[in-house]
Amino acid sequence: MAPRIVELRQNVLKKNDILARELRERFRQAGVYTVNLVSSPGAGKTTLLRETLIRLRDRYRVAALVGDLATDNDGRRLQESGAPVRQITTGTVCHLEAEMVGRALEGWDLAELDFLFIENVGNLVCPASYDLGESLRVVLFSVAEGEDKPLKYPTIVLGADLVIVTKVDLAEAVGFDRHAFYEALQQVRPDLPVLEVSARTGAGMAEWLSRLEEHAPAGRTPAAVPGAPGGEEGGRP
Amino acid sequence: MHELSIAQNLVELAAEEARRRGLTRVRAVHVRLGVLAGVVKDALLFCFDIVTAGTPLEGARLAIEEVPVEIFCPRCRQPRRLPEPLPMACPECGTRTAEIVHGRELELFALEGEEGEGLGAPDR
Ligand SMILES: [Zn+2]
Repeated sequence: MAPRIVELRQNVLKKNDILARELRERFRQAGVYTVNLVSSPGAGKTTLLRETLIRLRDRYRVAALVGDLATDNDGRRLQESGAPVRQITTGTVCHLEAEMVGRALEGWDLAELDFLFIENVGNLVCPASYDLGESLRVVLFSVAEGEDKPLKYPTIVLGADLVIVTKVDLAEAVGFDRHAFYEALQQVRPDLPVLEVSARTGAGMAEWLSRLEEHAPAGRTPAAVPGAPGGEEGGRP
Repeated sequence: MHELSIAQNLVELAAEEARRRGLTRVRAVHVRLGVLAGVVKDALLFCFDIVTAGTPLEGARLAIEEVPVEIFCPRCRQPRRLPEPLPMACPECGTRTAEIVHGRELELFALEGEEGEGLGAPDR
């Protein structure tokens, strides 16, 4: 019995990363732009997403996957938008993994979509570790959460492409200190773009939508497109 | 708490690599964990013991090496190790940067074990 040390240097989440790479390639080939929304519970992911789906729906083919621990409340709220929505019930798992996304997409023809939104489980820690093959990862912070949230959850900020400050219509009421928030964010990621949005009043929505539309598939006529991909409107789990 | 999922992934990966490299018994699993990886060391240690129970890795030690943050300072043109994980700024000149060189690792670094008699499986 010879004792031995073998060096490996392998990413522990290699399996997820391989699946995510495959998903990303599928999305690219199908020409669908995929957005992963992460935030703590109550930051307003569902409201923002519902308003986004409603506003994009006239011109683009949109769909959403929503991750939730147990209930289908968010999934139902999103279906009010008329876009096809599928729910991923994670049970005890506090984040989405690439494998869950792949499974939830079964039967959907991605080529029939322009935008796919993934609403992650409300959690600022765990989703940071899992690549879902998305093109854009957006972290939402609501004005009610306190200005130091980026410092408390640096990992999720480091993995993000964009920050959206939500519920800005409440900023004054909750005494949101804009300067302190931006300073905290800068300490973690000085180059990160930020948008301020209120899904309730519509403030900032135009800028958010135009960011997304920059990535709309080229040459697509913005004609009204009937809803469901793969003919499975409002698909439920 | 995703440390349980991570421990499961780690143990699967380690068991597969041990098999492939002909280690009959794994004594230690060496992991490099960046302080900004978003993984709690103690939680991972705790979950590792739970997940290895009843597997070929049962009884193996999880050795975690914590990796501090190192940024590349665009002004000094130098990699710099940060005394604290935040802020992401050069400790010498104060320049802020998003260029992280180290500190986000979550890596199965090495396995320590015994080679099986006669198996003699070579590296890859
Ligand atoms: Zn410097």
